[in-house]
Amino acid sequence: MIFHAHTRWNRVKERVSLFVTCIVDQVVPKVGIAMTEVLERLGYQVDFPAAQTCCGQPTFNSGYWAAAANVARHFLEVFREADYVVVPSGSCTSMITHHFEDMFKDDARLLEETHRLSPRVWEFSKFLLEVANVDDVGARFDGAVTYHDSCHALRELRIKDGPRRLLSKVQGLTLREMEPAEECCGFGGTFCVKFPEVSGGMGRTKLESIRKTEAGTVVSIDASCLMQIQGVIDRARLPIRTMHLAEVLASR
Amino acid sequence: MAGAPTAGIQKTIDDPRLQLAIYSATGRLVSHRAGSIRADLLPEYQELRTRAHELKRHTIDHLDHYLEQFESNVVAHAGKVIFCRDAQEVADFVLGLAKERHARLIVKSKSMTTEEIDFNERLEHHQLEAVETDLGEYILQLAHQRPYHIVAPALHMTRYDVAEVFTKSLGVEKEVEPENQTKIARAVLREKFLRADIGVTGANFLVADSGAVVVVENEGNARLTSSAPRIHIAIAGIEKVIPRAQDLAVYLNLLGRSATGQPLSVYTSFLSGPRRADDLDGPDEFYVILLDNGRTMLLVDPEKRESLFCIRCGACLNHCPVYRKIGGHNYPWIYSGPIGAIITPQFHGVMQHPWLPFASSLCGACAEVCPVKIDIPKVLLKLRAEVTEAKSREGKGGIERFAFRMFAWMMTHPKIYLPLASIGKKFLPVLPKLGPLGKWASQRELPKPASQSFHKWWADRQVR
Amino acid sequence: MTSREQILTSIRSALGRTAGQSVPPLPQPVLRVPYSDHKALVDTFVQSLEKLAGKAIVVRAAADVVPALAKILEGKRLVASNASYLENCGIRALPNLQTGFTDPAAWREACATADIGITSVDYALASTGTFVMLASQQEARLESLLPPVHIAVFPRSRIVANLDALLGLLPLPAEQTSSMVLITGPSRTADIEQILIRGVHGPGEVYAVIVEEN
Repeated sequence: MIFHAHTRWNRVKERVSLFVTCIVDQVVPKVGIAMTEVLERLGYQVDFPAAQTCCGQPTFNSGYWAAAANVARHFLEVFREADYVVVPSGSCTSMITHHFEDMFKDDARLLEETHRLSPRVWEFSKFLLEVANVDDVGARFDGAVTYHDSCHALRELRIKDGPRRLLSKVQGLTLREMEPAEECCGFGGTFCVKFPEVSGGMGRTKLESIRKTEAGTVVSIDASCLMQIQGVIDRARLPIRTMHLAEVLASR
Repeated sequence: MAGAPTAGIQKTIDDPRLQLAIYSATGRLVSHRAGSIRADLLPEYQELRTRAHELKRHTIDHLDHYLEQFESNVVAHAGKVIFCRDAQEVADFVLGLAKERHARLIVKSKSMTTEEIDFNERLEHHQLEAVETDLGEYILQLAHQRPYHIVAPALHMTRYDVAEVFTKSLGVEKEVEPENQTKIARAVLREKFLRADIGVTGANFLVADSGAVVVVENEGNARLTSSAPRIHIAIAGIEKVIPRAQDLAVYLNLLGRSATGQPLSVYTSFLSGPRRADDLDGPDEFYVILLDNGRTMLLVDPEKRESLFCIRCGACLNHCPVYRKIGGHNYPWIYSGPIGAIITPQFHGVMQHPWLPFASSLCGACAEVCPVKIDIPKVLLKLRAEVTEAKSREGKGGIERFAFRMFAWMMTHPKIYLPLASIGKKFLPVLPKLGPLGKWASQRELPKPASQSFHKWWADRQVR
Repeated sequence: MTSREQILTSIRSALGRTAGQSVPPLPQPVLRVPYSDHKALVDTFVQSLEKLAGKAIVVRAAADVVPALAKILEGKRLVASNASYLENCGIRALPNLQTGFTDPAAWREACATADIGITSVDYALASTGTFVMLASQQEARLESLLPPVHIAVFPRSRIVANLDALLGLLPLPAEQTSSMVLITGPSRTADIEQILIRGVHGPGEVYAVIVEEN
């Protein structure tokens, strides 16, 4: 029998570095904890470079590219030696893999560093499916969930079927698709506070789609979307909860 | 955000009837489009988009060449080309021609370009009657309103609104059935078509190798406008040119589907020059006005130049969650939705409406459906950087700039940021709901930040 | 400087080009023609037109056209183009029909007062149920536009698969005509409450009579 280096039964302790993102770090660390559990369960040696902070997306999206470039440079430094960087967020991942280079157009060295690091930066669900080569992590979660397609993950990273495949392998879990699943939740970074009435309106439209599924839980791969959705749910005083995919996959 | 039409936006969001009208009309267009580009019906859809983008890139990158080729072919078929720098030059030309020909009545088919230059208003002051003939535009003209959507101009109006407009402007008895309202308009406008001296159309495409204008429509009013009066004037932005008639295979296969889900719109007219010797009908004179009005400015930045690729299908509007909430009238110019958001700042200057590029969650739905693959979010991001630079130069927006610089500084100094964050979080519940916190809380509950950060959890774990 | 010169100069300056500078060659257009057998063309055309609430009548020979249309034409004011194919079908010889105009004003009046306009077509597109009409001595513009009903009579040999096929056959329409119109079904609008209404300005009813024999 030939054991593939990536099979969970005979994994050489490969090292993955977590980039938890500023939102997970400060607001929902449980997502990072869940991610750690799942990765360790799969046999990975998980490390967490403590100097990490942010990918710079809020600054970049607000038009302050020079300031954002500083944050991006810090990121490149912190993760320079990483074999894999695993991220519980589609938008932060695409910031690194798609937008760092926008800021470093005139800096050949930083551009080169970005191109060297980008292929090693993975959104969490993609890492599980395409690097770890697993779709069943032995999770159990009883109940009906609905899945929200985060915009950056969907359109910049083309993540659509992957998380659904992972959810389909969770014992006891029923997935109910909301219609439409691909509409923006309204977070949009600083958009949610620059145009709160529009953002709130978009969130409430999303809530309507969620309610129609009658699922008790909304799952996504982006904590920022979940923060927006939970905020709108709670304002409407509904007993629906939000969970990051990592938390579902860590459930036993 | 400062300068944004917050009151107007709130009003639109709070109006359930209007929200339903916008959402269902755009929703219908979304689903029609999806039905028409299904993989079994149009397997080459993505390839067409790529080709459409590349052809436009080639044409726009060599625009002078193709405009000159277009011009010489129009002239070869006995037409005339008039280059106009701005709205005034267009008006001057049309008024001059009308005077020479003793024209009194002009019929117009739908053209966003003519709205852009306030064409009707400019002619009104000179005793020239200019009548819109597209049903939606005709209703809006009577109601003195701007179009609400690039393709469905009266999207926001109900049949009762239309009935009121007709009774008030035409003196007819109140009629609320759309079928009969259409009959009323048809009868009024038929008489205008047959009496008009000049017909003014837009052009969806200007075909360089043929000297032809292509006009796409569903009602038949553009055909009547370009066939019945003795003079036909087509007014088009310089960016509308495509190299060859055969390139229409790419653009026409995309346009109808992207706009309304129709593989081909009802009428596609390919018009070159006035009537020929043996023709029984058609105009005696044929003019094409090539309008700049600032388009040459949009050519300058190669990274934003693709904003000129637009074929005005409206798909980006239909898929935009922001447009679907705020509607067409809250945008500052006649071009609304995502395309409006990127071209308005480029035509008017970013500081005219500095909020506009920020009125987007950057969801990317627009870029996904754009038939010519304009990367709208990329252009929005570039415009945001231009806004902050302009604000900096003008000494504005200092507080926000300081806040983001501070944020960035914190994020590069974790040894200071991390302890500050854990202290700061404790004060979150008692902080006054000012600034961003208040804005968040106006629409949804605040999250309860965790008592210890992931950093702390990890550090503790290492110790154990 | 004229406006023309100023605009062209601005364009060149923005693009970094000089007057008369050459242009790299374009890739050849890709035209997709999915099928071409006669049965497929007729059947597909009929299906496509009927999807748009147009009506298609298929007859075997030119002599069958007039009988097939008898009921529809009865008691109506008719105007027809000078298309020679309509001659072949005996349409132009119908008693209550006006045709053979040479005076534009009389022609316009006839079209404006007719109930039905009858034409042939230069081509028909099967994939979309489209009539392609080129203005010429044989076909004008207004007879397929002003009357509320349009009937197009043509042999099946004029049907091609789609727009791509048409552009393959006719790469430079402007060489042939001042007006090539693609007519795809009856005139329509959804401008009021998104409700579909037919016959806004152009004909609300459209018929195709397809003759199978050559």
